[in-house]
Amino acid sequence: MTNREIILGRISEALKVAAPHPALQDNAAPVPVVSSPEKWLPPAGATLEEQVELFRQNAEALMAEFRACATVSEAIQYVKTLAAAGGWKKIGRHRGELTDSVAHELGLAEVQTDRGYAVDDLESCDAALTECEALVAQTGSVLVSAPSAGGRALSVLPPHHVVLARRNQMEPDLTAALQRVQQKFQNKFPSFLSFISGPSRTGDIERILVLGAHGPKKLTILLLP
Amino acid sequence: MNVYAKEFNASACRYTADLRHRDLIQKALAGYYAKRDEFKGRFQSWSGARDLAAEIKWEAVNHLDRYLDEFVSRLEARGAKVFWAPGAQEAQDYIVGVARQHKVRAIIKSKSMTAEEIHLNEALEKKGFEVAESDLGEYIVQLRKEPPYHLVFPAMHLTRQQISDLFHDKLNSEPTNNPEDLTMIARRIMRRKYCEADMGISGANFAIAETGMISITENEGNARLTTSLPKVHVALVGIEKVLPKLSDLALFLPMLATAGAGQSITCYNTLYGGPRQPGEPDGPEEFHVVLLDNHRTELLADAEQRDALHCIRCGACLNVCPIFKNVGGHSYGTTYQGPIGSVITPHLRGLQDWKHLSQASSLCGACTETCPVKINLHHHLLHNRRNAVRARPAFLEKLIQSGFVLLMRRPAFYQLAARVGRIAQPLQRLIRGTFFDPLRAWTKTRSFPPLAKKSFRELWRERKTP
Repeated sequence: MTNREIILGRISEALKVAAPHPALQDNAAPVPVVSSPEKWLPPAGATLEEQVELFRQNAEALMAEFRACATVSEAIQYVKTLAAAGGWKKIGRHRGELTDSVAHELGLAEVQTDRGYAVDDLESCDAALTECEALVAQTGSVLVSAPSAGGRALSVLPPHHVVLARRNQMEPDLTAALQRVQQKFQNKFPSFLSFISGPSRTGDIERILVLGAHGPKKLTILLLP
Repeated sequence: MNVYAKEFNASACRYTADLRHRDLIQKALAGYYAKRDEFKGRFQSWSGARDLAAEIKWEAVNHLDRYLDEFVSRLEARGAKVFWAPGAQEAQDYIVGVARQHKVRAIIKSKSMTAEEIHLNEALEKKGFEVAESDLGEYIVQLRKEPPYHLVFPAMHLTRQQISDLFHDKLNSEPTNNPEDLTMIARRIMRRKYCEADMGISGANFAIAETGMISITENEGNARLTTSLPKVHVALVGIEKVLPKLSDLALFLPMLATAGAGQSITCYNTLYGGPRQPGEPDGPEEFHVVLLDNHRTELLADAEQRDALHCIRCGACLNVCPIFKNVGGHSYGTTYQGPIGSVITPHLRGLQDWKHLSQASSLCGACTETCPVKINLHHHLLHNRRNAVRARPAFLEKLIQSGFVLLMRRPAFYQLAARVGRIAQPLQRLIRGTFFDPLRAWTKTRSFPPLAKKSFRELWRERKTP
């Protein structure tokens, strides 16, 4: 017998005795299973404007910086001020419509991750520039994937992560964001997807919040038209 | 009394008398309570969310074979290697084997209670592999060579001063009282380790059957780095972690954050569905998923307590437990502390050895009330007590209880006992707490209120016959 057969055998043996469904406990009347949780979770705005505002509130509460830009050139100008303020010398990024246009104007030394990179080279970057799959208004999260954010490490290794997102990437809640990637990738999922909610943090010392535990100390999200 | 019960009693006595410890834990949890309640309040209905979470977990656990099969076949289709581990030994051997096969020099590890459960670090170190814990709290307790104090907050029993002393002692860092400086010391050390490690080990919070992915929840980014840079990633996953659908995460991610840490959402919720795929810039060449049984199927076979496998290890029941807050996480002597640990440890490690934990409860039910997946925790402590005496009857206790019943059911005996008590109480005071006191376990630290000179019955009789 293989280990798989041993464990599956133990499971089917164990499940011969049924456990009562939770809705039937306490002698309560059976409740039909609600298939989606939107009814219970924190509300998300109905219109795009409400969602953008909710996203701003949630992202800022998570100590991320959020800025809605009217044009791409406004976003470029803003990233330039970030670069000057942070004294960036080298950035990590991936190829993409938005990252290309911003990085081109920055004119800094670059590490592009698309075709592989040296870890130490990426580690010594001052900032990372990525795109994303979606923004989640309900939680203030950025959903990234390996193809949309230059792989796994780019969005977590450099100390400042700058996300460039389009307005049509705003989703009201986690359910909608997950549906979006499910529809996009069907059964060809990338090996990595991550909801990023604010800069890296820890409370392991006396439960006191410290930003930049292992990942970025700063997260900036720029919303483009 | 067995050795585990003796150790529990000794440690519990020490911690309950330690006011500094109590103060530290209460202070650490005060912020959690406020934030937890704030974010629960943002839910349209927290109780509706709990009902749904309990139903989803019930569905997964009661059809575990089907969902595990689905999970594994989808993972394997994307090139992941899945190992089914019936016990701790098989899981250890497999992971040591992977490390040997790749001639691994340095291992970086993110937080995993399942790895604590099978003592994975000791097993790897015994075979000559160095393992670095990357989660800050886990790193601190690893340097102290002690187990995590709490499922979610491993170092919550330590002050910044103690951590500064520890870092000064072990890492030769400058003493500092600033938590941010202390965090940055660990950050600098870990950065080198991520870049140099050739194997990363993680746990998993959820296993998604529908898409064949594991989901890892963390705040620090250490798990993301652990699973991004090394060329091999091994994830150790308990078989009960399965969720049927990807969309189930929309419910479980915010609930885990709010119940577990008083957050609206945890900083990184990451899904891994295989090794680096063609066209992807980075990620491990090999992705191994070790599915661990290790007595979970024995708990599964107990239909009455099967819902204990719904646990998402959020730690909320520890945070509200009056026993945990007084005896502290280390007194339990188990991988899983608090109410959930007291319920499942007898199943994982033997009922007779760990039955004393069922008594480490005031049965107040705060754990059951707070559990986001509605595990019937305090009733399961009673179930374990019942099962323990069924398997091995406690004659002395039975005798005492029958004496008590005799006393309570016959008014004449009860009155006699009250009269004897009134005479005996002043005498007992002379020997209170000493070896000769039969009630010394109780009276050593507590005073018994004096019995009334006259009973209600006597007063009533006097009133009626003036």
